[in-house]
Amino acid sequence: MIGAGAVGAACAYFLTRKGFAVHVVERGAVAAGSSSAGEGNLLVSDKVSGPELELALYSRALWEQELAQYGELWEFESKGGLVVATSAQAGRALRTLAAEQRQRGVDARDVEPDAVTDHEPHIRRGLAAAVHYPQDAQVQPMLLTAHLLRLARAAGAVVSTGVNVTGFEVQASTESRRVVAVQTSQGTLACEQVINAAGPWAGEIATMAGVDLPIRPRRGFVLVTEPLPPTINHKVYAGEYVASTQSEHLGLEVSAVIEGTKAGTILIGSSREHVGFERRVSLPVLRAIASAALELFPRLAGVTLLRSYAGFRPYSPDHLPVVGPDTRLKGLWHATGHEGAGIGLSVGTAKLISQAMAGEGTDMDLAPFSPARFEAVAPA
Amino acid sequence: MSVQRSGVAKQPAYDVAVVGGGPAGLAATAAAARLGRRVVLIDAGAQLGGQYWRHANVSSAGPHDHVGHRDWEVFEALNERIRRHRQTGAAVHVAATQVWFIEPPGSDAGEPDWTLHLAPTCGAPDDRMPRTVRADRLILCPGCYDRQLPIPGWDLPGVMAAGGVQALLKGQRTLAGKRAVVAGTGPFLLPVAEQLARNGARVVAVCEASRIGNWGRHLPTVARTPSKFAEAASYGWSLARARVPYRTGTVVMRIEADSSGEQVGAVKLGRLGSDGRLRESSESLDVDLVALGWGFTPALELVSAAGAETRVDVDQSLVAVVDEEQQSTVAGLYIAGEATGVGGAQLALAEGELAGIAAADATHLERSRVRALRREIRRLRAFAVAMQRSHPVPPRWSEWLTPETLVCRCEEVAYAQVSEATSDLAATDARTLKLLTRCGMGWCQGHVCGFATATLAAAGQARQLNAEDLRPLAKQFPCAPIRLGSLLEH
Ligand SMILES: Cc1cc2nc3c(=O)[nH]c(=O)nc-3n(C[C@H](O)[C@H](O)[C@H](O)COP(=O)(O)OP(=O)(O)OC[C@H]3O[C@@H](n4cnc5c(N)ncnc54)[C@H](O)[C@@H]3O)c2cc1C
Repeated sequence: MIGAGAVGAACAYFLTRKGFAVHVVERGAVAAGSSSAGEGNLLVSDKVSGPELELALYSRALWEQELAQYGELWEFESKGGLVVATSAQAGRALRTLAAEQRQRGVDARDVEPDAVTDHEPHIRRGLAAAVHYPQDAQVQPMLLTAHLLRLARAAGAVVSTGVNVTGFEVQASTESRRVVAVQTSQGTLACEQVINAAGPWAGEIATMAGVDLPIRPRRGFVLVTEPLPPTINHKVYAGEYVASTQSEHLGLEVSAVIEGTKAGTILIGSSREHVGFERRVSLPVLRAIASAALELFPRLAGVTLLRSYAGFRPYSPDHLPVVGPDTRLKGLWHATGHEGAGIGLSVGTAKLISQAMAGEGTDMDLAPFSPARFEAVAPA
Repeated sequence: MSVQRSGVAKQPAYDVAVVGGGPAGLAATAAAARLGRRVVLIDAGAQLGGQYWRHANVSSAGPHDHVGHRDWEVFEALNERIRRHRQTGAAVHVAATQVWFIEPPGSDAGEPDWTLHLAPTCGAPDDRMPRTVRADRLILCPGCYDRQLPIPGWDLPGVMAAGGVQALLKGQRTLAGKRAVVAGTGPFLLPVAEQLARNGARVVAVCEASRIGNWGRHLPTVARTPSKFAEAASYGWSLARARVPYRTGTVVMRIEADSSGEQVGAVKLGRLGSDGRLRESSESLDVDLVALGWGFTPALELVSAAGAETRVDVDQSLVAVVDEEQQSTVAGLYIAGEATGVGGAQLALAEGELAGIAAADATHLERSRVRALRREIRRLRAFAVAMQRSHPVPPRWSEWLTPETLVCRCEEVAYAQVSEATSDLAATDARTLKLLTRCGMGWCQGHVCGFATATLAAAGQARQLNAEDLRPLAKQFPCAPIRLGSLLEH
């Protein structure tokens, strides 16, 4: 398992349950990558109908059932989402989306504009439309990753942090190539299967294996306010957010995403840009985020900003995760490309991988997520 | 070149911007202005002087502000020089203002020089206040704050940082308690005890963790800095006169509440053996004030925001890397005073002046002054290093923690949670520990618990503290509190 983020940790957990001997190799510390930079929302509301929504609903069932016993460890909270639209046009789009989602089994409840303040007392008046999604939930991604790894270790997995994967050993015969080992900064590790769960670095790992995988980092900033008494009850975001997650746009995209946390701080996002792994604070981006948030919650203007952080989402060009075996190199699997939803989708992804690797039928069809869809793409 | 924002007349850039109005910042400002540069000095305080020459609040300021201050005449002379430069327009003082963000030349701001974003220290910005200041060169003199260690009971009212006790005395003329113990390590404990005693508190003991014998090894260095020696001697003398016992090799291991349960009542002492082990003694002292100080932590938020490199100093603080001219690893950015390594006001004065000369591009014009300053800096730095070596934080301090002791008071994170994270949850570094436990994520953003958290992360791996442990706990953006609404004003 390359990578100890939420996805790698979840895979380690489910694979040990299928009896696999798992070795997780992570170059940094536990959850050093994207998984320590996200808000940890488990959203169904932001997914248009299609395979990603199906994966979200499948994951949602795992959180609520199979993993319910651990919910407290990672602060699982079913707090619900509230999506709002400020313009009439966005309002129509939001209602249409909600209707489609309902068809797929999502609990999406239209909220009359006058009734929005019953859900969120501090939100601005005069919204065009709002939809309440009771199924939207939240976990603390660091705790999630650390506890999944702890449970996997207890079931026999080995987790090596501070170990960098540097290459692959491949055995080539006339009909196929197959992975036999990974090379690391601490020597060679023989293995039958390798899972690339390297998040935004998954493309680099694929290159080491001689295959092309178009995963790229998409930067996001989050602003964190001072701790306040409970002010915001749901995850609240502007309907435009859905468009922004789905956009092909390479420049800066900003839409308001606001929520309170247990600690009392308010997290304010979101931005999406392709700037490589540049971490430096960009004031124009932070201003754009703050301005979008204040448009929904004007009262936050007087609240003190405590800090901000940046993270990189593993972006996949068609906005679908890449999950399954790579047909170009036997033994190589990918579990990545979840962009802004990898925490929520981690468990579903992992359980499906564990079923596929065990040669069982999978609970959901993996075909839409197959790495094969990129195989035609010439290496960049 | 640069884009002009619609409607707002662009402020001309200064030659030099100085942030921080303590000894280093004042010396830097005076030097650069003397050399003909246009200087802007930005300071959080209403009046110049920093923490060392802290004034009483404006409301209670009086003719006796200088009482109990060291080198007050040095301050007055510098202040007078800066006042004259202000009259000629060579220097501008922006008071009661904090820099919340720094954009280096050529960053998103699109400006060819440094852009500093400003916010008032308290209250809402007034219309006359500039929101940004631009300058060709930047000198950061941000000073430092008390370094703290968690101790069982340190969250009780009546437990304060030694610097906080002094600030109350100097700023508000308020005595934080009547029966005090001053504990920790380092020469700073002496003036705090002395000031408490002079203002009428009964100081039942100064507990210095290190053994005075440590000094012996550094005697040649100490002898080369007679002024420091005299300073220590004068405090020692005042303390002796006030009959304040000075105990070495002694630590406060536990703080207990009084009968109300809501306020400090007593401290339990411990002895630090020559093997570095701590042993609780049966002795306890009744007090209503505990002043704690374990040296200082340089304020590095601006240094990190500006992108300058940092390193771990002898005293295990994170400090800025600077060259012979006080220039950081970023061209055009100079750093002086405690941020380059804790060393006291005299060293800060020398570094500040040198930074001022260098930022004015005048080292070649001022050869003999520069040589003298460098000599002074070397001598005082050697003394500071000797002091730091003889006053280390006890390596086994964490042994006095109980599972319930709060490591992070803002987020109420107990030591048990920290231990669980380092053992069961594989928090192998400070960043992971912080994110798993929320240590350092509350109001103070690691000012209070940052050093302890970083040290516990390293100890969990049985390794030495390194810069990577300290960096994630040094606050970064925003460098000073700012309201969300003000973020948009520019
Ligand atoms: C601002 C922001 C907000 C977000 N909000 C949410 C949200 O609310 N809900 C949600 O579900 N998702 C959210 N996300 C997305 C989510 O964080 C990611 O999709 C998810 O963390 C991806 O997990 P991962 O395990 O695939 O990747 P990562 O967590 O990045 O893990 C990959 C790991 O691989 C390691 N690695 C890389 N190269 C090597 C190598 N050569 N050798 C060894 N190890 C290596 C890395 O160090 C890293 O730890 C957000 C992301 C951002 C940036």
